Amino acid sequence: MALKFQMPKSKLARREAIEGYFFILPWILGFLLFRFGPMLYSLFLSFTDYAARGAPKLVGFENYVYMFTRDPRLLDSLRSTFAFVVGYLPLNLSIGLAIALLMNQHVRGIFIFRSIYYLPAVTSGVAVAILWQFVFHKQWGILNAILAVFGVQSIGWLVDPAWVMVAFVIMSIWGVGGSMIIYLAGLQSIPTELYESAAIDGANSIRKFWFITLPMLTPTIFFVLITGLIGAFQIFESAYIMTGGGPNYATYFFGLNIYFTAFQSLRFAYASTLAWMLFAIIAALTIFVFSTSRRWVYYAGAHEDA
Amino acid sequence: MTTAAQPFTQPASAGRASDIHVSRRQMMQTVLVYALLFSGGILLMVPFYWMLSTSLKTLAEVQTWPIVWIPSQFIWSNYPAVFQKTPFARYILNSLTIATGGIIGTLVGSSLAGFGFARMRFPGRNFLFFLNLTTLMLPAWVVIVPHFMMFSYVGWLDTYLPFIVPAFFGNAYHIFLFRQWFMGIPRELEDAARIDGCSTFRIYSQIFMPLSKPVIATVSIFAFFSYWNDLIYPLVYLQSQLKFPVSLGLRMFQTANAGVVDMPKMMAASMMALLPCVILFFFAQRLFVQGVVMTGVEK
Repeated sequence: MALKFQMPKSKLARREAIEGYFFILPWILGFLLFRFGPMLYSLFLSFTDYAARGAPKLVGFENYVYMFTRDPRLLDSLRSTFAFVVGYLPLNLSIGLAIALLMNQHVRGIFIFRSIYYLPAVTSGVAVAILWQFVFHKQWGILNAILAVFGVQSIGWLVDPAWVMVAFVIMSIWGVGGSMIIYLAGLQSIPTELYESAAIDGANSIRKFWFITLPMLTPTIFFVLITGLIGAFQIFESAYIMTGGGPNYATYFFGLNIYFTAFQSLRFAYASTLAWMLFAIIAALTIFVFSTSRRWVYYAGAHEDA
Repeated sequence: MTTAAQPFTQPASAGRASDIHVSRRQMMQTVLVYALLFSGGILLMVPFYWMLSTSLKTLAEVQTWPIVWIPSQFIWSNYPAVFQKTPFARYILNSLTIATGGIIGTLVGSSLAGFGFARMRFPGRNFLFFLNLTTLMLPAWVVIVPHFMMFSYVGWLDTYLPFIVPAFFGNAYHIFLFRQWFMGIPRELEDAARIDGCSTFRIYSQIFMPLSKPVIATVSIFAFFSYWNDLIYPLVYLQSQLKFPVSLGLRMFQTANAGVVDMPKMMAASMMALLPCVILFFFAQRLFVQGVVMTGVEK
């Protein structure tokens, strides 16, 4: 990454540079106006007292002190968000891979199955949340009806604090096709010669998976892990529609907390504090995963820096 | 590595004339694969089936135990009823307005920046592109309050401008897709045009863009899905019900029905909200997969 902002010497190259800046000018403006600027401003807000009226008043670390010592809801948000991430991420990683391996089999009609498995991943939003709310319905939902066939007593998926997180993980895993597709692409980019030479050496399929597929797939696993992590921490819509944060704050995810604090209580400053807390958690974990990547992510040929 | 990314085009190799003596083990394996594929597929489709069947039931049939799998009578009138109970047609129109504006915006802004990052050399290019990618990590929650204040200050609340105008400044992910695509276009095309005296902007608009139909389609579809499904921003920026998009309209329908729970009509409305996405998905599957895969495999 060259941090040299010196303009080139030759006239032609200088002209190209100026034209280049013109092409990315909208992006630069957008970055400053909608990303970097607001980011700094929300950091500033987090050190103020501001409730959508008048001017923000600087209060130092008061919001942060309040957040860590007195806010009754912070713990709910931390607990529920982490519970969801811990429940969802490993399942998403492993089930996604398992299905991708299945989809990589050359059997007739496989592409139809690929679409069927991928479809839930592209449908999202309010309609899907409303649908799942009814799937999970305690009295008339289809999930309890299916479980009843196996003699399971009806479960209050969305009303029982002990089950609600399980319900959210089930619903999210329904969209596992998203990671499946990425894994599948990773699987198909593994050179077949590797498997052929391993077969000559007498390797069975378990050894092939363990010593070829898995190492060659680590960049893909890394990608699915990072994007999954960033996404899972920001869960909002499904909880907003299905539970509104309940029962008893069991699904009061960070996103909900920020939304309600900002746009219902109009505590803009404190909402910014919470947002930065969430950002710090996501950034710290992302950086941590990146720092471990050198030890377990294998880049074939370690090709040039993109 | 982009070429490896076509999972949907693999021909099924089973049943070739040459492998007459398929071993028992292979047979067993194929049977097992199908068994797993079918059971998983059915499991994933159950919620969709539940949606469809509920949308065709009477309220009484919804509220029974054991549940009714197939409605005794298909109540198609649940669908038109949605349009009477809510301004659903209006919601659809609003969603389409937002999506169209947003798609046009992101195509213009993202392709310009993508071209700059892919084909022009200027100091700081790699750093700026890296900066662009890092914004993908920034949670929307961090900037949502300043955005709200900003749009409130310029009087754009309760209009579609907060959805459409920022799109023209490019979207980090779409810029990435355009850049990857533009990098693959042969240098000779550009050089030949330059010798003919073509300006850089004309090279972009009359040579590169016409060659970019696949990526334009991919970005349009991704953008359509995100605008169509978006709930947070409509929730924050819009106030009058007649300006709501489908997502927020559904939410209104849900809260308005909280006491009665008119499930059949809710499911009918949800079906209609989902339908454009499902249809688009089946028509443009390959584009979808390519877009996703481009980011996943490429690193």
